[in-house]
Amino acid sequence: MLEVVGISKSFDGFKAVNNAHLSVEKGEIVAVIGPNGAGKTTLFNLITGIIKPDSGRVLFNNEDITGLPPYKICRKHISRSFQIVNVFQRLTVFENVQISILSREKKTWNLFSPSKSFVVKETETILENVGLINKKERITAFLSHGDRKVLEIAMALGGSPEFLILDEPTAGMAPEETSHCIELIKTLSKTMGLTILFCEHDMEIVFRIANRIMVMVRGSTVIQGSCNEVRCNEAVQNAYLGGSDVCLM
Amino acid sequence: MRKNTLLFLIAGIILLLLFPVFLPRFYVYLLSIILLYGLLATSLNIVLGYGGIFQFHHAVFYGVGAYGTALMLTKTAMPAILAFIVGPLVASALGFILGIICIRLSKLYFGMLQISLGSLVWAIVYRWYSFTGGDDGIHGIPIPEMLSSYIGAYYYTLIITAVCIFLIFKIINSPFGSALQGIRDNPVRSEMIGINVKRHQILALTIAGFFAGVAGSLFVVVDNTVFPDMLFWTLSLEILIMCLLGGWFSFMGPMLGAGVIVALRTFVSTYTVYWALVLGVLMIFVIFFLPNGILGYFEERFKKVFMGSEIKE
Ligand SMILES: Nc1ncnc2c1ncn2[C@@H]1O[C@H](COP(=O)(O)OP(=O)(O)OP(=O)(O)O)[C@@H](O)[C@H]1O
Ligand SMILES: [Mg+2]
Repeated sequence: MLEVVGISKSFDGFKAVNNAHLSVEKGEIVAVIGPNGAGKTTLFNLITGIIKPDSGRVLFNNEDITGLPPYKICRKHISRSFQIVNVFQRLTVFENVQISILSREKKTWNLFSPSKSFVVKETETILENVGLINKKERITAFLSHGDRKVLEIAMALGGSPEFLILDEPTAGMAPEETSHCIELIKTLSKTMGLTILFCEHDMEIVFRIANRIMVMVRGSTVIQGSCNEVRCNEAVQNAYLGGSDVCLM
Repeated sequence: MRKNTLLFLIAGIILLLLFPVFLPRFYVYLLSIILLYGLLATSLNIVLGYGGIFQFHHAVFYGVGAYGTALMLTKTAMPAILAFIVGPLVASALGFILGIICIRLSKLYFGMLQISLGSLVWAIVYRWYSFTGGDDGIHGIPIPEMLSSYIGAYYYTLIITAVCIFLIFKIINSPFGSALQGIRDNPVRSEMIGINVKRHQILALTIAGFFAGVAGSLFVVVDNTVFPDMLFWTLSLEILIMCLLGGWFSFMGPMLGAGVIVALRTFVSTYTVYWALVLGVLMIFVIFFLPNGILGYFEERFKKVFMGSEIKE
């Protein structure tokens, strides 16, 4: 479904992403792992058009989407959440998700109808699914960090994506919030059939939800394979898992 | 609570309708000025408070709207109503053009470029004697009979302002308004949920230019003159302060700010020539004590009283 071929990006000569490769098949959950500063977020920014690559290509359903602006990429049904919470601070939880749906339905050029009456049902369904329905009238700035991370996902769902990118979805969450979030991601994959690409520092979470893992170190792809292939890979163990023997088979 | 708001609104409208009956001429004139400045500040707030765009030189659109109307009335024999439509349309077209040029820059840089291009427009109006009357401006503009008395002008201003404020309210609460507020809070996120940020901003700037132009055409009716100071940057600063003082996150904030500033300017300048100084001191107080403006402050108090602890969460 998604194919990233030899993509590179440098900032002032520093190679943040250096010839990275990634492939995601329909229905899969793929994790990108790597130490801090490995270039995971930059890779996601490259895929979603927030920054433009120096070289390399991004193919989505065999269509070249390299360098398209984010709003065009979103219209191809790719949605994402951000590592650093990126929501509409002054608006309510409800409005945050509603705007996302309005945008997908191309209703944001409507100047004179009250937006209160638009896409209410769908917004509420999404809020219900992610467990934020009780807080729908809250101003986003007053939400807890964990709730805002979940709201991130809810906003991404507003675009009714086929392909969902999550940048450290559980970072900074309390333990029970984390398990709620993991369940949510699994449900999205199973019941809604979403293809999911995410990155995460917590290895336990990665091994619990990912079908396949891509390992990134200093901007380059070290390996992409099944959980066990990655666990048993020597280069990965040396570079990332600290050399300890965690191979199961 | 909704019912109260409605009662307030009706009482306010009745009061505004009755004012000319018992107020002397000067105060009716002052009220007309407050209304049209209120519309002007509210039009700025579409892009400032709701769009998060630093439109520093908003007076340009006000001035161009006024000149457009004035020139149509003095230089052509076309029906007056056309002049009142063309003025705002020209202002809105200018809003569109300046918008396209400036929107590629973000935040403060947008404001800087906008000030310089706006000043260019001012310079043209100021220099082009044969067309705009240069620094003399245009005086004794012929106004249709019905609106030429001060009371006629007041009612015309009141009606047009009310209609425009209502329209702006509709726009702010439309899907477009929601998207605009999303863009204000987070442009990157807005792009990522599929919103073409720049196009929405340009439309907002065009709309803001239009309503500023309407305010300009109202000034022509109330004062029968236009002059280059109407698009000088000091006026833009005053409009900006109206928004901040009244509350740029409250819908009626700019209107309130306009009332306070115009009233204050009128009374202060009978005692001292240092109006700018008074304005500066006032601004410092607002920034330190009322960061959300007067109305923002009261709304917050209001919420605290009615919702108790809930606001703290
Ligand atoms: N806009 C930018 N300008 C300059 N350098 C950048 C920019 N964005 C990222 N970098 C650099 O690129 C490198 C990779 O950053 P990136 O955020 O992609 O890492 P990451 O894998 O997401 O790390 P983390 O796990 O901490 O989130 C870092 O060294 C960062 O400093
Ligand atoms: Mg990151």
